[in-house]
Amino acid sequence: MATATSIETPRKKNDNKLTPEQIEAFGNEMDAIRQRLIGELGEEDATYIRGIVKKQRQFEVAGRALMYLPPAWPLAVVALSVSKILDNMEIGHNVMHGQYDWMGDPGLNSRMYEWDNVCPSDQWKYSHNYIHHTFTNILGKDRDIGYGILRMDEDQKWHPYYLGNPIYASLLMVFFEWGVAMHDLEVENIVKGKRTIADNKALHSGLMRKIRRQAVKDYLLFPALTGPLFPLTLAGNATANLVRNIWAFNIIFCGHFPAGVATFSEEECEDESRGHWYYRQLLGSANITGGKLFHTMTGNLSHQIEHHLFPDLPARRYPQIAGEIQEICQRYGLDYNTGPLGKQLFSVARKICRLALPGGRSKAPEHGTEQPVTLAA
Amino acid sequence: MTLLQPLTERILGSRTLAALTSPHGVDRYLEQINPMWAATEVRARIVDVNRETDGENPVATITLQPTSTWRGHRAGQYVQVGVEINGARRTTRCFSISSAESNPGEQFSITVRAHEEAKPGQQRVSKFLVREAQPGQLVHLSQAEGRFTLTESPATPTNNHLLMISGGSGITPVMSQVRTLLRDGYDGKANRRVTFLHYARSAEEQIFAEELNRIAWQDNGIDVHLRHGDEYFSAEALAKLVPDFKDTDTWACGPAPMMSLVADAYGDSPRLRTEFFKLSTGTPVDGDSVEGEVSFTRAGRTATNSGASLLEQAEAQGLTPEYGCRMGICFSCVSRKTEGTVRNVLTGEESSLPDEDIRICVSAPVGSCSVDL
Repeated sequence: MATATSIETPRKKNDNKLTPEQIEAFGNEMDAIRQRLIGELGEEDATYIRGIVKKQRQFEVAGRALMYLPPAWPLAVVALSVSKILDNMEIGHNVMHGQYDWMGDPGLNSRMYEWDNVCPSDQWKYSHNYIHHTFTNILGKDRDIGYGILRMDEDQKWHPYYLGNPIYASLLMVFFEWGVAMHDLEVENIVKGKRTIADNKALHSGLMRKIRRQAVKDYLLFPALTGPLFPLTLAGNATANLVRNIWAFNIIFCGHFPAGVATFSEEECEDESRGHWYYRQLLGSANITGGKLFHTMTGNLSHQIEHHLFPDLPARRYPQIAGEIQEICQRYGLDYNTGPLGKQLFSVARKICRLALPGGRSKAPEHGTEQPVTLAA
Repeated sequence: MTLLQPLTERILGSRTLAALTSPHGVDRYLEQINPMWAATEVRARIVDVNRETDGENPVATITLQPTSTWRGHRAGQYVQVGVEINGARRTTRCFSISSAESNPGEQFSITVRAHEEAKPGQQRVSKFLVREAQPGQLVHLSQAEGRFTLTESPATPTNNHLLMISGGSGITPVMSQVRTLLRDGYDGKANRRVTFLHYARSAEEQIFAEELNRIAWQDNGIDVHLRHGDEYFSAEALAKLVPDFKDTDTWACGPAPMMSLVADAYGDSPRLRTEFFKLSTGTPVDGDSVEGEVSFTRAGRTATNSGASLLEQAEAQGLTPEYGCRMGICFSCVSRKTEGTVRNVLTGEESSLPDEDIRICVSAPVGSCSVDL
């Protein structure tokens, strides 16, 4: 490994729990589920996503309209926050994964959808759909491990900079959509000299255009339309963006960073088989338990495991197959990392704080209680 | 309402409204209130489905009330029609408009022959429109397209002789032209002649039979010649009707074999205008046999199908298509397949639709295939 990176990757991070034959059989079972789901796609999925889009539009219009009634300000903020969360997660994230491309509806097509977020969709799709979903949790390849600013894995080499880990994480939470937008500029690689500022030139115009549009809408036009209520509306819109930022950050961090989630070295994933890819997706993700409404509000990313196994299949299918995936994991003796939101959040927060300090190859974090529920014996 | 229309259009098309509805656009909100409201997109409600002929491949005329965004059409143009079939999958095909020229927002009709599926599970748009479409249903449209249009109109009269040649359902665009001429008073009084020559498989399969009969009998300067049965187009027969056909402005539309005969008859005459659509899709090939040729149309390259994924075959040809995961999950490599059948190497699913967006990293050609790369 090049010394220029801050990652000291051991040649092998995980003791393979399965033989190559078992991994292949596991992959075949996953492929069979995939095949079955593709065969089932149809009207139900279309009706579902169209219903969500309708609700999102209604919440948005209600949120914008209620800004005219100062006593209803909190309600307006709630409605607009829900609108932005639905737009970014259950609609935007999932549509841009191509989950609904089969419908042939340009309004729900991965190549045409643009979300209510300062990050331009084409830049996000590159770093997310390609880099993150292909190289999930491979240290040195998946830039979503710490997003280039945090130390989220023991094998990221410690540096005094990381003493600020909890502060950076809090800032990233508050400004999450901006963090997502800046993600593609790969600032950490510019600092390391692996990328030049010129490499980013092509991204600037698209990024600035999107930022301008989002800012004009939320911080100028809609406030101006409410006349004397301008400051109140501006504050309301900013709050809705903040609520969405905090929510999205927390859900996403619970999907990959609770204790027990595995990371992989590049060597482990060389010439990877399809079965091993599935195996890595499973071990590299974590779920959050909750009710139906909760799952919808997370864009079904509360089923991060199922999402990573089948990123291009409609997210509403994930809860339907979760039981089946758990059962398969049990048979193969593989961890299925899941737990309630509070537990997963606590686990993530602990990791952020712990890894601010040197070392931290945390061997099974303190017996039992803090460990997420695992089904493996 | 008509007075308000320009104002509504100005508001709906304004930059302010675009900025307020960013990033989704005005139409994504309007459609939630009423699917017939639109600022830029074109949709239509089916107002009538009228069976023209029966038999194995019946024909129907579908009358559409478009949204106010429809900019009208010129006689001979076609429109893309998208319908949702097979469990919410929108499929789009081109159909010639058969009614006389329409103004913005006006009703128009398409006349469609129901084609059978090339393979099970892939329902044809044409079959859906003819056999299943009901008044009240919504379809998605493009604006009218195509340059197969009349060069003259009753507003700019000449005494040029006009010749229309059509075969089968290729009658639709030329019917729109004849109807437009008649509606707008092109009645032959000033020595202007129209010759209309049409080939149909049988009298039973003759589309617009009654109307053509009426046109033939009326004193309007339009000569109608209908040929039924096994008679094919021939230059000799045409020369008997129109001796100087090569120097006569001609519009021809029909099935591919007929069109090549017409093209041969006219040689390099600039007077001939033609129109035809891609009708058939690639013929499915059995099992795992690898054959045919792969064309990368943008690069202008053709190679023998090796059976590998289209991405690999393109790279073997020295092309550098965009790609990401190379395993079918990231959608970076989506490209347009214009013709042929491909098999998804992960699911084994085959698809033969023309002009279809596919992930080339997991699509292997089955037989010959063309991709826009």
